[in-house]
Amino acid sequence: MEGMTLMEINAGDTAWVLVSAALVFLMTPGLAFFYGGMVRVKSVLNMMMMSAITIAVVTILWVVVGFSLTFTGDNGHVIGDFSAAGLKGLIAPDAVSGTIPTLAFVAFQLMFAIITPALISGAIADRATFRGWIAFVAGWTCLVYFPVAHSVWFLDDGKGGWIGDKLKAIDFAGGTAVHVNAGAAALALALVLGRRVGWRKDPMRPHSLPLVILGAGLLWFGWFGFNAGSALSAGTTAAVTFVNTQVATAAAVIGWLIVERIRHGKATTLGMASGAVAGLVAITPSCGAVTPVGAIILGVLAGAICAFAVSLKYKLGFDDSLDVVGVHLVGGLFGSLAIGFLGSAAAPSAVDGLFYGGGAGQLGRQALANLAVGVYSFVVAFGLGKLIDKTIGFRLTEDDEVTGVDQVEHAETAYDFLGASGLRGHNPLARTTVPAPVEDAPADTKEGANA
Amino acid sequence: MKLITAVVKPHKLEDVRAALETFGVTGMTVTEASGYGRQKGHTEVYRGAEYEVDLVPKVRLEVVVEDGDGADVVDVIVKAAQTGKIGDGKVWVTPVESIVRVRTGEVDGDAL
Repeated sequence: MEGMTLMEINAGDTAWVLVSAALVFLMTPGLAFFYGGMVRVKSVLNMMMMSAITIAVVTILWVVVGFSLTFTGDNGHVIGDFSAAGLKGLIAPDAVSGTIPTLAFVAFQLMFAIITPALISGAIADRATFRGWIAFVAGWTCLVYFPVAHSVWFLDDGKGGWIGDKLKAIDFAGGTAVHVNAGAAALALALVLGRRVGWRKDPMRPHSLPLVILGAGLLWFGWFGFNAGSALSAGTTAAVTFVNTQVATAAAVIGWLIVERIRHGKATTLGMASGAVAGLVAITPSCGAVTPVGAIILGVLAGAICAFAVSLKYKLGFDDSLDVVGVHLVGGLFGSLAIGFLGSAAAPSAVDGLFYGGGAGQLGRQALANLAVGVYSFVVAFGLGKLIDKTIGFRLTEDDEVTGVDQVEHAETAYDFLGASGLRGHNPLARTTVPAPVEDAPADTKEGANA
Repeated sequence: MKLITAVVKPHKLEDVRAALETFGVTGMTVTEASGYGRQKGHTEVYRGAEYEVDLVPKVRLEVVVEDGDGADVVDVIVKAAQTGKIGDGKVWVTPVESIVRVRTGEVDGDAL
């Protein structure tokens, strides 16, 4: 290492990236709560399991081929190669990326690969087979996420991914690679699986808004790692993106609530949580490109636009159950395009947008990048979803859906409702069969001992 | 004997229970119920989707009393449950043929 100053590991940078990786990890459990609270009682466990199984499946994929295909070598500026399959060589002390061990970068990027497909699950609440979801996560991650992340983030002096390295579109932390990507796939799956039984007729209220708030809080917290961690160093860029993340999110809460108050008369809890997520999504690509004042403008607009966008599904008739399209596709697209207007050369990404005296060039580059990623993700997700539905089955039968996906897919119930006087821990609707009751139990067994 | 059934606002349950106890009624059955009459429900909005929530939470309270006490018990319940606003509920009286106390096998008047 002596003399190789560029390859030297910086302890502060490494610590920040590792902590950020853990923060980004926490976003997926946060997402499970955010989504889980929004579905009906009969689907909450499945909703959370879709996030949880994504953590498991993508982690293995990432080690085996994912990191290598995304961040090692290049084929046609769209995908890497297999030279680091199994993370070969990356546990050696000389495996360094920038100022951090390559393995820290592996861990950090893994968490992005996990949350991106997990985001999609919100579009297909209540009605997907668990096996179908697992197959989709594995297939979409390999066919879409790896090449898209490579195209956007693999930089190699013009020889890397086409979006980030040749087109020079800016996607600091994943507005294009994560949110537009997942949002487009979510739209495809909502169309493939179709509307839920009783959509727009039966009430499908969120069963627990406190869970939604908990999830939104965890997402907001974890997002500091998502955005500021993407600086990959513990310095000015991390600090700027951290502040912009906070500012835009706060502004988006206000933007969403104002629209809601005007349109529907009340500022709601779900609107607050949704506005926060919309702001986080929109500032993700742009957190390194705008000033804090730019972040206020961007956030307010993102919150307001997404508050309108979630009504689109009713007009167009697709059941994107938890508004992945309205929040992630629209929010991500807006945040990415906003760089073309609000980008400031004073910010780390150093590009002036239209409002700061720059030309329209950056806006065009942002538009092309998002169009390409959105269309590609939509097409592959649609085809893959259809294939899965025709083979192993992706949509539950109507009977199973009405019964509830938790019961038919996981044989569990989220909550033991005890009724008006339910303090005895005794649910008359559930009898214990395993372990089998003892046949010659003593006659004085107390009532409820088995409960 | 009479079965008195009352559907009242949940927050009046304790007032009704206390008034019945003062009157001398020694037991009752209470269930959570939902329903609507002239009282309309309310509207909830989730991300722009409006839901008319027609069914309003109520409690349903049942007591069985001697024939002679029926009218007085209804009176006690109505007084205790009344707020004067729409949605106070209903009380009705049904004749009961027989009644048995499970523990002892006592019947009718002895079982009350």
